[in-house]
Amino acid sequence: MIEFEKHILKNKLKLIIHKDDSFPMACVNILYDVGARDEDESKTGFAHLFEHLMFGGSVNIPNYDEPLQLAGGENNAFTTNDITNYYCTVPIDNLETAFWLESDRMLSLAFTDKSLEVQRNVVIEEFKQRYLNQPYGDVWLLLRPLAYKVHPYKWATIGKEIAHVESAVMDDVKGFFKEHYCPANAILVVAGHVNSKEVIELAQKWFEPIASGEATKRNLPTEPAQTEERKLTVHHDVPQDAIYKTYHMCARNDKEYYATDILSDVLSRGNSSRLYKSLVKDKKLFSEVSAYVMGDFDRGLFVVSGKLSDGVSVEQAEAGIESELQKMKTDVVGEEEFQKCKNKIESTLIFSEMDVLNKATNLAISELLGDADMINQEAAKYQKVTVADVKRVATEILRKENCSTLYYLKNK
Amino acid sequence: MIDRTIAPGFKTIEKVDIQHAASFKLDNGISVYTIDAGSQELTRIEFIFKAGTFWQDSPLNAVTANTLIENGTAKYSANKLSDSIDFYGSFFETSCGYDFSSLALFSLNKHLESSLVFVEEMIKNANYPQEELVTHLANKKQKHLVNLQKVNSVALHRFSELLFGETHPYGVQARTEHFDTLQRETVVNFYKKHYQYQNCTIMVSGKLPANLKQILNKHFGSEKWGTATEIKKLYTAAQSSAVRENMIEKKDAVQSAIRVGRRLFNKTHEDYFKFQVLNTVLGGYFGSRLMANIREDKGYTYGIGSGLSSLVNDGFFYISTEVGADVTKSALDEIYKEIEKLQNDLVSESELETVKNYILGQFLRSVEGPFALADKYRGIWEFGLDYDYYEKYFKAVQSTKPQEITDLAAKYLKKADLLELVVGKK
Repeated sequence: MIEFEKHILKNKLKLIIHKDDSFPMACVNILYDVGARDEDESKTGFAHLFEHLMFGGSVNIPNYDEPLQLAGGENNAFTTNDITNYYCTVPIDNLETAFWLESDRMLSLAFTDKSLEVQRNVVIEEFKQRYLNQPYGDVWLLLRPLAYKVHPYKWATIGKEIAHVESAVMDDVKGFFKEHYCPANAILVVAGHVNSKEVIELAQKWFEPIASGEATKRNLPTEPAQTEERKLTVHHDVPQDAIYKTYHMCARNDKEYYATDILSDVLSRGNSSRLYKSLVKDKKLFSEVSAYVMGDFDRGLFVVSGKLSDGVSVEQAEAGIESELQKMKTDVVGEEEFQKCKNKIESTLIFSEMDVLNKATNLAISELLGDADMINQEAAKYQKVTVADVKRVATEILRKENCSTLYYLKNK
Repeated sequence: MIDRTIAPGFKTIEKVDIQHAASFKLDNGISVYTIDAGSQELTRIEFIFKAGTFWQDSPLNAVTANTLIENGTAKYSANKLSDSIDFYGSFFETSCGYDFSSLALFSLNKHLESSLVFVEEMIKNANYPQEELVTHLANKKQKHLVNLQKVNSVALHRFSELLFGETHPYGVQARTEHFDTLQRETVVNFYKKHYQYQNCTIMVSGKLPANLKQILNKHFGSEKWGTATEIKKLYTAAQSSAVRENMIEKKDAVQSAIRVGRRLFNKTHEDYFKFQVLNTVLGGYFGSRLMANIREDKGYTYGIGSGLSSLVNDGFFYISTEVGADVTKSALDEIYKEIEKLQNDLVSESELETVKNYILGQFLRSVEGPFALADKYRGIWEFGLDYDYYEKYFKAVQSTKPQEITDLAAKYLKKADLLELVVGKK
């Protein structure tokens, strides 16, 4: 049980405080309700580029990192297709430094040309390092537009192409800040060895004077139901053939999410899972194989992927996957196997509560999804799932016409 | 109205109280170190053996003996072992470093003993079935081939060879053919020699169950399991590459991986602490000189960093980055420029203060929770050090003077002593 208190400041900034006295520091997590899904299709990669710019100095403080490091702090941030999240940890005595820094960059940025120019280059290098200069690195640049035709999930957080990042100009930066970076669009979580009265006072002092702004109003196009299977084959200089299959599934907030997640666990969690035992160990069709849910906020993807063993044909390998997926639709999972998955989920949740930063981020995400207390209801929701639920979602999701397959093959 | 241009006051960390490990011995003499902390009802038990890659006679031997220990015993198949541990919601992890290897069980306390019996079976009776070994090596070979296409992996492995020598125990790397030639007998022999009670140390952390000692004695302390052999190996000093500049060309690379570094010392050396301060200034944190110049000013890279790695018998310093292929040469120039600056100009008091505070903050961050506290102990235990090491570390960092940074840079970072490797294009 993660206990917390929730306040809403006068400018609509949500504040969540979680006390954990075992941690000698304070963790400050700010989530902004903006991600790559909010981008213009001709200017993709912008939410993530913007995350970089948030470290390029704010209106009253020329450098974000230096004063934080001087106070013994450390920080980082990440952007997904759904959200942008910033976090830092500071020794508890220096909590106010974090408030000072985070509130100033919520108030306004320095918007220097130098920062934009450099961070464009840094992000382009990130694009190259993670997506272009790695074997199989561009898989998601290919898969997303195959699986999505309308919804902005069709582009990756890093952007569709380097040209989009290259062409970002200062007006875009300012417009993006104005639209998305404001108290009404943010959730502040403070966790650790903190005193809640002090935290509230600091929040009132540093954040409350900032003009509220408006929360993001989304009107994203709904991805129409997929009606026929899609296939794409590419050849690259890679050592092994690989298969990636995606199936449309429910949104993160849907009640079916938990059964779908367990479905992926039955298939692929740990060495006792079905795909590993059957396809890697027994039939030796794959050298590695996995199934997982992406966890997207809007309707998302269920993914099955694997790298083929030497000498195995794509047809054989795919038939191997299909036969395991078929079993999920025709048979119910055995009692012991099902209990195993639930035990694993139980222990994973308890282990994850050891990490204060992780708790702070999850509280913010839960709040954004509707209610911070969801974090405490997860365990029960998973425990309520039945074998019939898993079979039902398998039948509903794992259909040919709901599937997009990428064959990522080595050059002949 | 608050004046947002003025930073709030802050305090410097003067002292960190670290919870020390307690210890006891099992009936057969195995040492157990414990950290009882945290509020979640869970425990990690780590079995540590002198069985890292340093101890192997052929590449892949140590890591295979370590990883495949969970793939079958006299009594249970690989499937039965993984089914059982997974059933209790527990996690089993293997790891193999340069000097030590370890096997760790993570479990909720209510399932601790039920899961532990399977770990006991692996540690005492692993039998490395031939079929498991063949499948494992075939799959690892595939992974190896993928890694050969990553400039960063190639650089990582080649740099170890350059630092220590291609046949030195710390330098030797697995090549593609080793995945075809490793024999079961070699693995079994390594396992028998190294995974035995005399070569085992146990570290336990978490909210410890009251009967921990009794449980451990029952499963690991009541008999002299395994074949007792003295684990000894003479350390022969490594020979770094005589060629300073090294290059592996990758025609299609859009980025080059760069390594610059040298053999140095480990944490038992008198200059280790203050060299850590120097390392942090140069490339050890986000605000470092290398990051400020090569990422934040030039935009050549997504990231660049440096570090000092301690091995039981040796140590090495490295700078590591991946940069746009077209700016490889410029990035290297800037790296050397930053080193020269540290050799020629004093670090300002304010920069040094930032670095010191950052290091002390990192230290505070690194003792969060029972597992981190156990890792902290392991970090000194491996080198035969005691907790006063951390006190000395703290004092050395706090007292470092700008001139000392300059002197250390001049002494240890001469360009002629630094090996350079580029994988990609230059």
